[in-house]
Amino acid sequence: MSTATLDLHEVPTGSRVNYLNAQYGVKSWLLTTDHKRIALLYLASITLMFFVGGFFAVLMRLHLIEPQGALVQPETYNKLFTMHGVIMVFFFLVPSIPATLGNFLVPMMIGARDLAFPKLNLLSWYIYIIGAIFTLYAVISGGVDTGWTFYTPYSSSFSHTSVIPTALGVFITGFSSILTGLNFVVTIHKMRAPGLTWFRLPLFIWAIYATSIIFILGTPVIAITLFLLGLERLLHIGIFDPAIGGDPILFQHLFWFYSHPAVYIMILPGMGVMSELITCFSRKRIFGYGFVAFSSLAIAFISFLVWGHHMFVTGQSIYAGLIFSVLSFMVAIPSAVKVFNWTATLYKGSISYDAPMLYALGFIGLFTMGGLTGLFLASLATDVHLNGTYFIVAHFHYIMVGGAVMAYLGGIHFWWPKITGRLYPDGWARFAALVIFVGFNLTFFPQFMLGYLGMPRRYAVYPAEFQVLNVMSSAGASILGIGYLIPLIYLTWSMRYGPTAGPNPWGAKGLEWQTPSPPPTENFEEIPVVTEEAYDYAHTTVTRG
Amino acid sequence: MSGLVKFGSTFLCSVMQAPQLRPEAASSIAEGVDHLYFVLTFITLFFTIAIFSTIFIFMVKYRRRAENEVPPDIEQNLPLELAWTIIPTLICAGLFLWASSLYFENSRPPSASTEIFVIGKQWMWHIQHPEGVREINELHVPEGVPVKLTMTSEDVIHDFYIPAFRVKKDVIPGRYSSLWFQATKVGTYHLFCAQYCGADHAEMLGWVYVMSPADYETWLASGTPSQTMEKTGEQIFNKLGCASCHQPDGPGRGPSLVGVYGTEEELQGGGKRLVDEAFIRQAIINPNSVTLRNYPPIMPAFRGQINEEQVLQLIAYVKSLASEERNSNGK
Repeated sequence: MSTATLDLHEVPTGSRVNYLNAQYGVKSWLLTTDHKRIALLYLASITLMFFVGGFFAVLMRLHLIEPQGALVQPETYNKLFTMHGVIMVFFFLVPSIPATLGNFLVPMMIGARDLAFPKLNLLSWYIYIIGAIFTLYAVISGGVDTGWTFYTPYSSSFSHTSVIPTALGVFITGFSSILTGLNFVVTIHKMRAPGLTWFRLPLFIWAIYATSIIFILGTPVIAITLFLLGLERLLHIGIFDPAIGGDPILFQHLFWFYSHPAVYIMILPGMGVMSELITCFSRKRIFGYGFVAFSSLAIAFISFLVWGHHMFVTGQSIYAGLIFSVLSFMVAIPSAVKVFNWTATLYKGSISYDAPMLYALGFIGLFTMGGLTGLFLASLATDVHLNGTYFIVAHFHYIMVGGAVMAYLGGIHFWWPKITGRLYPDGWARFAALVIFVGFNLTFFPQFMLGYLGMPRRYAVYPAEFQVLNVMSSAGASILGIGYLIPLIYLTWSMRYGPTAGPNPWGAKGLEWQTPSPPPTENFEEIPVVTEEAYDYAHTTVTRG
Repeated sequence: MSGLVKFGSTFLCSVMQAPQLRPEAASSIAEGVDHLYFVLTFITLFFTIAIFSTIFIFMVKYRRRAENEVPPDIEQNLPLELAWTIIPTLICAGLFLWASSLYFENSRPPSASTEIFVIGKQWMWHIQHPEGVREINELHVPEGVPVKLTMTSEDVIHDFYIPAFRVKKDVIPGRYSSLWFQATKVGTYHLFCAQYCGADHAEMLGWVYVMSPADYETWLASGTPSQTMEKTGEQIFNKLGCASCHQPDGPGRGPSLVGVYGTEEELQGGGKRLVDEAFIRQAIINPNSVTLRNYPPIMPAFRGQINEEQVLQLIAYVKSLASEERNSNGK
């Protein structure tokens, strides 16, 4: 793809200077402006948050084994699902792929030495950490029980828990998203290597670009909304609480105006990862590059116009309901187009079953189900019955966990040799992918059925007739929990004991594979010149090494 | 073709009979919603299986056989791209039209509905029948009669959900929302709060009893309080001294309330408002926001003075004034 002249195999990795061993010591990490090191700072922080959030989920599922609740008081249960949601959404899913893989890969994929604003990038991480500290403080100081949606007037006037610290944490973290988005947009516009035109960009870059636009346009709205919520709670200004003249539904409009696009913040980067993985492991050019690229932008655009589908049962006018319904159906189309194109990419390919590919195929299946079950909720007549039930819980977990987390793990497995310079045990990684796939389906499929049978979400106790499906779901959750621990163990192990990785262990195209693993601090000895399209597997053989 | 449709609908019906796939269907709209649900389920299964099996076939058929294999270059295929854009669009359009028309029908209450009032409160449901019978966490309704619920909340947002009827609506403080259903099967059904409302959200549930119309009449008659809502409303009206300004035959300091319900009134500062339940509530709770033209803004606000149940009773009384007036006009 480029004209890199360096012979990558001559210098053994151990002795070569790279971004990991260029400097040592805590200070060299905490004051780094290297996008790759910042990516690792994010990786460590969001992994911690993922397991904190996951721990709450495990407690919830254990509690729900019995209809009367097996573990905690209802007040505690309410805090568990709230903290699970807040941490997973704002501190894991939103930053997950953009802040780790995006940070690491955007400059590498476009042939740049760093992001446009390296210091701003470090600031983003510090802002994230400050936000996370506020939210973790809220957990320690007794938790918060409003649900991650913070609906008023419960959150503004009734809850006696740490609403302000939690909301402040989310508010602060938002700025980290905005700055990251800004950094990516400028970098992608201004710093592409010579010859790397827009339509030669890897689709991961298109996806990150679309995500960044949502970061910049959407995040200020959630910041304003939470700021108003704080004012209402502290000063009773009368904007959301009807007892003092406010409108509680206004909060929902503002909240979902961000939080629906936020779903696409979570899934679009995952779709970008998919395009990289599928092409590499089938050695094929992506089928319908233009369609896949523009479908990302279409999703980003339409996602701003569908927020009202969260509010079909609030007494919204019938006509508003019809408009939000038709727009919600429309957002399904570009998602379907992507799935078809990925599948078609496999056609006549040369498919290998390495661990990242297994995660990728798992993603396609689970995302397809998550997307199609969205149609039940876009359909007004069925949404009335399903809204607020476990069906919703199952649907968005298929998208966010089955989709976004699978893609995240696939991406981590794919670029792990590049990031760390080490290989992990492939057998364990494939086994973990299988365990996660099985555990995930066992956890969340029964919840679709629970939802149609009418079990509302956020119930600490429930009628006995729902027990069987709840026990199945809890059993699945324990398998899923183990599935997530396995990669944590072998990936950590591999950092020290894994075999050394060559520059391109998968035989992949893309500029990031044409520099040593781990890359030097400046990424490329010479800035590459790009002369061909992305994923051009057909015209040059790339060997693994 | 018609054979296929017939086979499809028979198959659908037999699947819908399977236990544990859907809750009991006990309202006039339930079967319609279930049909849509099962068709959506089939579409989901069809595409999921199609995608999964295509991937599986490709994975086996095109597995990597040699390390240096170079597969053929296939870029894109415009007809194929158009096909898989247009076909899902058509399917979505069809689903949208079906779901929306069903929703449209399901949302409009028949005019001759029996009206029952619901107040959500952390963490219980207060229900009041116009005849005066009150219930907590229980709702008795007659079979085969359209019932309209007018609902509000004393505190936070709740949601009134009867799975067996496939109906659900948020119950919002400071507003009236409404919901209607026509029960079709005598029995006892779950009533859930489906919007998280605090500590005992999961305990905010109750039962809906669908009775034959005759049983329902007997039940209503045997209820303890024998005073109708409008009668209670009249007592509140007198106790609060409303009548000193709102005299029945005008011209007091406030407008006469006789015949006012359902009319359009001109507001101070221009504009007209329909006098409905929401308007009357606002005029009691925060009167200066809806002062009528030609009247001074002197009415005290009753926010915090009376509860939502009393507001509903006052509304029932004001509505009864309207109908008496119309009756006497008719004579």
